[in-house]
This record gives sequence, C-alpha cells and structure tokens, in this order.
Amino acid sequence: MDIKSCIPDCCGSNSSCCDKTKYYDIPKNGEIPTDVGSIPIVATTLSKTDIGDTRKVRFKINRMDYKIRPGLYAVGKPDSSSPVLVTANYKLTFDSLRKELSSINAWILVLDTNGINVWCAAGKGTFGTEELVRQINNTHLHGIISHNKLILPQLGAPGVSAHLVTKETGFKIIYGPVRASDIPEFIAANNKATPNMRKVNFTFKDRLVLIPVELMSSLKPMTAVTAAVILATIIASYFSASETLWIHGVGFVFAFIGAILAGAAVTPLLLPYIPFRAFAIKGWIVGLVWVFIFTTFFPVFGSKFSFREALGLYLLLPPVTAFLSLNFTGCSTYTSQSGVEKEMRVGLPIMIISSFVGIGALASEYLTLVF
Amino acid sequence: MSLQYIKNVSTLKFDPKLCNGCGMCLNVCPHNVLSIVDKKINIKHKDSCMECSACVKNCPQEALSVNPGVGCAYAILIGMIKGTAPNCDC
Repeated sequence: MDIKSCIPDCCGSNSSCCDKTKYYDIPKNGEIPTDVGSIPIVATTLSKTDIGDTRKVRFKINRMDYKIRPGLYAVGKPDSSSPVLVTANYKLTFDSLRKELSSINAWILVLDTNGINVWCAAGKGTFGTEELVRQINNTHLHGIISHNKLILPQLGAPGVSAHLVTKETGFKIIYGPVRASDIPEFIAANNKATPNMRKVNFTFKDRLVLIPVELMSSLKPMTAVTAAVILATIIASYFSASETLWIHGVGFVFAFIGAILAGAAVTPLLLPYIPFRAFAIKGWIVGLVWVFIFTTFFPVFGSKFSFREALGLYLLLPPVTAFLSLNFTGCSTYTSQSGVEKEMRVGLPIMIISSFVGIGALASEYLTLVF
Repeated sequence: MSLQYIKNVSTLKFDPKLCNGCGMCLNVCPHNVLSIVDKKINIKHKDSCMECSACVKNCPQEALSVNPGVGCAYAILIGMIKGTAPNCDC
C-alpha cells in the first residue's frame, strides 16, 4: 500500500487512520494539551525493555522492524517557546535522542524515515525536505509553537535543503550537533555548535557496537560452507581410508570461519591501525596474516600442509576477508561512493580470480588425498 | 588516529563566482572539508570529502556540486545486481 499517496485523499491531515505500518508503542508519560490536540510526553530515561530491545537490534533481531509512529512528541514540559528537535522514526535513533534530553523541555518532531536512522535516511532522501514539510503541516506545528526555528541533526543535511524548507513553510532550519549528547550544550550556547560538535568520528567504541550485526550477517555463508565441507568429507571418507581427511576438512572449516571473523570483526576493530586506505586492501592484509597464523600453528594437530594446500588457502581466504572488509565501508562514517566504486572496480575481479585459483588448488589437493 | 579514505576520487566541485560566503556549507560538512577565505568558500581538504552532498543541498546559491552517493559497497553491489542506483536496506 502506498501510504503517502493515500493520506490526503482518505484522511485529510490525520495520517494514522490509513497507516497500516506496525509501530512500536512508546509508553506515554502524560500529555500536553495544545490548541491542535494533545501531544504525548515521552520519558528521557530508557526502560529495561528499551535497553533489552536495543540490544536485540544491535544483534540484528527486529532491526528492520523497529519503527515509532511519526509525528510530534514532548520531553519535559515544553511550551510554545520551547525548541523543536527533528529526528527519524527508527526507535534506536529516537531513544538515543531522548535519553540526552533529561535537562530540557522540548518538542520532538519525528519524520517518517521508514525506521531508518537519520544519516542513512538523509542519503536516501526519506529524511528530506519533502517529508519535513509534510510533518510540519501534519502536526500543525505552526499552531503549537510561537517561534519559527527547527533544530535538525547535522547528519540530516544530505537530505534537506534548509532554504527550501524556509521557502515552503517559513520555518528556519538550524543544524544542530552530529551527536545527540551535545544537544544540551548546543541549546545552552544559544544554538551554537563548536567545531568538535560538527565533526563525525569513528572511534573504537563506535566500531565495536557494529560488530554483532556484521557477525550475524556472516552466519549464513559460514553455516553453508561448514555444512558443504562436512558433507564432502563424509562422502570422501567412503572412497578413502585416509585418516587425515577429517583433519583437512575440519581444518578448512576452521580456517574459513577465521577468515570471516577476520573480515567481520578484526578489520573493523583495527581499522585505523591497518596500513592502506582501501578497505579491501586492509582486509586482504588481515586475511593474509590469518592464513599465516593458521598454516603455522594448525599442523600441530596432525597433518602438515602441502605446498598446494597452503597455496590454496593463501589464494582463497584473504579475498573472503577482503570482501567482508569492503562491505564494512557502508558502516563507516567517512567513505565516498567514488572511492568505494574504485575499490570494487579494481578489487572484485582480483578477489574472484584469486579465490577461483585457490579453490582449484585446494580441490586438486583434496582429490589426490581421496583417490 | 585519523581515518583517511582513498585520495583523488571526490567529485566535489565549487564555483566561486556563485558563492556569497553565507557559510551554510560549513555548518553541515561532517568532515571539515571546507573553510572560508576572503568571504568565499575554499575546498580545504578535498580528500576528506565523502560526497554526502550535505553542502550541495544546503547551498542556496547552488555554488557547490557533487556526484552524490553512499560509500557503501553492499548498496553498490545490490545496485549492480539489480541494475539500479545503489540501494541498501539500512
């Protein structure tokens, strides 16, 4: 159903009656009566449920279905002169905003970004000029506040043209800080941001919280390859009495899972300390280091690696790590599309060729073990 | 510790003739790419530009331009497979 197009025809400005999206209910801490209806007050401390659900989302559980109803909310006891903070309807975003506002009376205008965070939604245009104008009108914001200022997160700027919003609605856009935690200081300083508030970082902690989603995303290929290799080993053991078959099979699974973890966790965590700028090269290096560690220490469990087997691992696994590392560009805060396209143009063919030659080397080695 | 991405790729362009020095772009740039020199914008750290297009969108004079996009390999890959513009689910 096209929600956006149905609203003006069937419900006038009341969007809730034909909006069939499943929303997460934020408990009300009271209501503020205004000339255009009552506005729900939300808590500025997160409940155990909020924190538990945040943890789930960080592990990719219900991550794409974590939306709150767009519209106007209140924190504290705002009046017509209180600031208006604009945000996205991803509950993780809404929570990280409201938990910083315990010292403030403010309105929160939530745009419908389809449950996507501000920065990504701005890139897609859903946190954008059009949606902002729509929500200003839907919530009758003019009837609630007496000033004409809206504070937007700075990272909403890729989707919003401040001058066009002013032209269409009369509201003046003030870009606030990048991080919600700077908002109280920003407001106290009469809506002035320090250079530090304007700068996006990518700290160890920023990267650490992203790792569980990366790991969850790699569970499928990990399980598939593990199952395939175990199956192949079972079949092979019917043809051969070689005792080393299982050591090679289990060894390969171990090496492969290690290569995935290297790309999904090690590269992201060590990002600034790995040489080169391209994520694929960083990942390739981490992958090579992993294969070196593996081929050096794994033989203590039994069989030594032949030249062909080691060559196969060196050619197949670093591209796996490099590919996952390349995928982390989307989580990072500083990569450009032109740069990522360049990495992919050069990197993907090399990854494909290297891994195919690697699979060839490994396959021929394992076949000689069996027959 | 400072993370720097691939050099010489950003498509950010600036036309000084159109710039009125309002400085709106300075407010929205997340990587301190721009500065103001003699009441005009100056592209100070072009290699830090991530082509998010925040400056372009918020320049009332249309003095800045960029080939806007997301630096996300997954989105570009989905776009390549489906034959569309880069798009992801996040």
